[in-house]
Amino acid sequence: MTTSLSQFAEVLDYDEALAKFDPVLGLEVHVELNTNTKMFCGCSTVFGAEPNTQVCPVCLGLPGALPVLNATGLESAIRIGLALNCSIAQWCRFARKNYFYPDMPKNFQTSQYDEPIAFDGYLDVELEDGETFRVQIERAHMEEDTGKSLHIGGSTGRIQGAEYSLVDYNRAGIPLIEIVTKPITGAGERAPEVARAYVAALRELLKALKVSDVKMEQGSMRCDVNASLRIRAQDQDAVKLGTRTETKNVNSLRSVERAVKYEISRQAAVLVDGGTITQETRHWHEDTGITTSGRPKSDADDYRYFPEPDLVPIAPDTAWVEELRGTLPEPPALRRRRLQGEWGFSDKEMRDLYNAGAVELVESTVAAGASPAAARKWWTGELARLANLAEKPLAEMPVTPAQIAQLQALVDGGKLTDTLARQALEGVLAGEGDPEQVVEKRGLVVVSDDGALGEAVDRAIEANPGIADKIRAGKVQAAGALIGAVMKEMRGKADAARVRELVIERLAPDTDA
Amino acid sequence: MSDLTRRTAAELSGLLASGEVSAVEVARAHLDRIAAVDGDVHAFLHTATESALADAAAVDAARAAGEQLPTLAGVPIAVKDVMTTQGQPTTAGSKMLEGWVPPYDATVVKNLRQARLVLLGKTNMDEFAMGSSTEHSAYGPTRNPWDLNRIPGGSGGGSAAALAAFEAPLATGTDTGGSIRQPASVTGTVGVKPTYGAVSRYGLIAMASSLDQAGPCARTVLDAALLHEVMAGHDPLDSTSLKDGYPDVVAAAREGARNGIAGLKIGVIRELHGGDGGYQAGVLARFDESLELLTKAGAEIVEVSCPSFTSALAAYYLIMPSEASSNLAKFDAMRYGLRVGPQGVEAPSAEQVMAATRAAGFGDEVKRRIILGTYALSSGYYDAYYGSAQKVRTLIQRDFAAAFAQADVLVSPTSPTTAFQLGAKLDDPLSMYLQDVATIPANLAGVPGMSLPSGLADEDGLPAGIQLLAPAQADDRLYRVGAALESLLNDGWGGSILDKAPKTLEATK
Repeated sequence: MTTSLSQFAEVLDYDEALAKFDPVLGLEVHVELNTNTKMFCGCSTVFGAEPNTQVCPVCLGLPGALPVLNATGLESAIRIGLALNCSIAQWCRFARKNYFYPDMPKNFQTSQYDEPIAFDGYLDVELEDGETFRVQIERAHMEEDTGKSLHIGGSTGRIQGAEYSLVDYNRAGIPLIEIVTKPITGAGERAPEVARAYVAALRELLKALKVSDVKMEQGSMRCDVNASLRIRAQDQDAVKLGTRTETKNVNSLRSVERAVKYEISRQAAVLVDGGTITQETRHWHEDTGITTSGRPKSDADDYRYFPEPDLVPIAPDTAWVEELRGTLPEPPALRRRRLQGEWGFSDKEMRDLYNAGAVELVESTVAAGASPAAARKWWTGELARLANLAEKPLAEMPVTPAQIAQLQALVDGGKLTDTLARQALEGVLAGEGDPEQVVEKRGLVVVSDDGALGEAVDRAIEANPGIADKIRAGKVQAAGALIGAVMKEMRGKADAARVRELVIERLAPDTDA
Repeated sequence: MSDLTRRTAAELSGLLASGEVSAVEVARAHLDRIAAVDGDVHAFLHTATESALADAAAVDAARAAGEQLPTLAGVPIAVKDVMTTQGQPTTAGSKMLEGWVPPYDATVVKNLRQARLVLLGKTNMDEFAMGSSTEHSAYGPTRNPWDLNRIPGGSGGGSAAALAAFEAPLATGTDTGGSIRQPASVTGTVGVKPTYGAVSRYGLIAMASSLDQAGPCARTVLDAALLHEVMAGHDPLDSTSLKDGYPDVVAAAREGARNGIAGLKIGVIRELHGGDGGYQAGVLARFDESLELLTKAGAEIVEVSCPSFTSALAAYYLIMPSEASSNLAKFDAMRYGLRVGPQGVEAPSAEQVMAATRAAGFGDEVKRRIILGTYALSSGYYDAYYGSAQKVRTLIQRDFAAAFAQADVLVSPTSPTTAFQLGAKLDDPLSMYLQDVATIPANLAGVPGMSLPSGLADEDGLPAGIQLLAPAQADDRLYRVGAALESLLNDGWGGSILDKAPKTLEATK
């Protein structure tokens, strides 16, 4: 690792940086499409197969092999373009991007250059306070993914220090859509938040379109963050854009936000120091939260683009494009608003749900029979807490919305107390089965038998004479402590409401509890 | 039957169908001929003796079992080494691919196998099809059977020489700027570049994708048509493959030979009629005689002008190397073929291995074109070179459209000269490039072209060729006119022109 502690000192305090500079962002998101076959051949695209088992002469770039465009890939590209409010090209082509790399079979990437399938769109992004920020989309274009190099023998897995390298071409030729924003200006101090919210909104949209797995941790969605600073001025738009850096492959929403924030602070420190920003690619380090210098990149990088002669031009029929427009799902933002109305949640409740990535989970839980309020409580309460402890996205917790609905039904039916329900959830998460099975196995049954409860109440009164006296004196709210003691003794299995009644019956029979 | 190698494919087809000869006999006769003369000619890079005899035996067995077989079943064929053959080496004439055995068949090869032709082996060619003399093969030049000190044309010199030396009755070729037609012209054989997209490019080791076109090589127009029919057809594996517009070329060839060409308008391209020198007198004389024969047979000759043809060569030498530089980038020592470590480097990087391999594996002409193409595509030069060349290409297409509005087919000499001496132009790339001045426009426009023998030049007694051009997807016109002219010429010569070849090969045996 090339990071050093000294680099931490080379950043400017974020607020200070923002006082002096205006950040401008550009986000490039690569999305792997979930087509069954690759972009230009019939090979399978299943993730995680044995290396080099999903290859053929075409995606290996063997001499003589030729590409043929995947029709589903084109359809997905057009649907993405339409969902991003883009214009769809009436005629466009693929181009060859020529450069050398061992994991690129042909030593050129078949991509789109000056003729993207979709261009000039926008995506409205909701921020945490409910404000909407419009991100302009420059283009969405099709290309193929490259293979993957594995560097063996070194300590870091990087090429430096490795003894040899292996290449896996399973990924070579998987369809990619690259979505490029226009320069994002005017976000000011909220630039990191806007970046995160944009990627989150894009992910939500692509998920709704069902065109990609959008798994950032598996690389099926990858984000490159371009950032630059310009001096604060009266007329900000009159100030020339600063030199940008491109931080490659930032692979979580949180990292997108952190990387933007770090680059703003770092670039500000350099500029305040009288230095200049070099145009370069940078690496993001999840563990230390910093970026380090990669390879210099200039506008003069010469990819010698020219129209791909092995593929005929694409001229999507207008009627077909309109037909595809008809297949677009309800836009996620509108859908959220509709659900909010149906569920009767406040703006803040709905935003929290969205930011927690729980809208769909709640929706499914409600569909499985739970009330919206109960579903929300589970997902933003206990489950959010557990997910946080496990450092996992909510959606990856090993419990289904149907199981949560079942759990809630047990509570509603008086079979479980809240405490018991949490214990039952623990069992579900531990893989012990559905809530009913866990209840059975663990013997999590509410005790409402007056005999057993009465004895426990008596024992609690005996053990806490002071509290008992207070209640006798009319301080009924002190009953909580006794109820707690009973619950503790019964290990949460007691019906709390009945315990309360028994306590009051014994100590303050005249009071209306 | 001792003269099996002198038979046309059409004749062999008849003999095989009637059971007069077996496919094994035919294959063995050609394999014997190869063994006898190919030491001198060097038309083949690989002879598939065993598999050829096995394939032939399978055809005989199928016929014996009463199976209905395709017309050319059991007829031998030689395959240009630029087409991938599963289980047989494919080198494209380059050291880069020495010993490489592809795991898959080119679509053309698959079509040949389905039609039950017997694959004799792979023919020599200029490295990656770059050249007009087959002298740029990494495995040594092929020699012209008419005169072993002369070139057989290029890049398909191996295929043309195999036909002229009677080593095979049919062969395949690829034509990017004339690599089927010019070798046909200088060996006294017939070669056709079909309409772009009519024959699949899948499995053809690419030189310049937008220009490359596979086609038939034969000794007669009818034989070329029979092979054309087998090679052509839509291929879902090639995005640029035509979906429709495959006229019946065999019927057209038969019709032309039978009924002639009365009423047909034939356009002579002014710019390709030797006005500005470079054309050999004997070549022009035979060309003009051919026009007279056509006129006598009832065709009308008109002169057409294609002014942008004068820029065709320049445009071609920008587009072709541009695409080639990109197509050849895959030869990087990583996955297959040659790998050479750099001298004196302890732990070479991928880039160093790539550079050392390419330095060792590519010949001079290939390096020359890669550098030309890389330069022409580089930013800052793209518009001036590649961009301008594409504009010229559009102009050439317009010239063709205008010319075809005045004539049914266009004609010119195929090559400005007869076969030159081996080594004569090796150090002068430009004069080598000029060999293709008349053939290149067809590739830039995607229209079909044919070369057939027009006679022997008076100066050297070597074959000259006449080129016929037709509009895209009107390949049948070439066969109709070609067959008519062939029969007129054969009447005059008293047989095939190849019968007039000096017996150089027999003399040496």
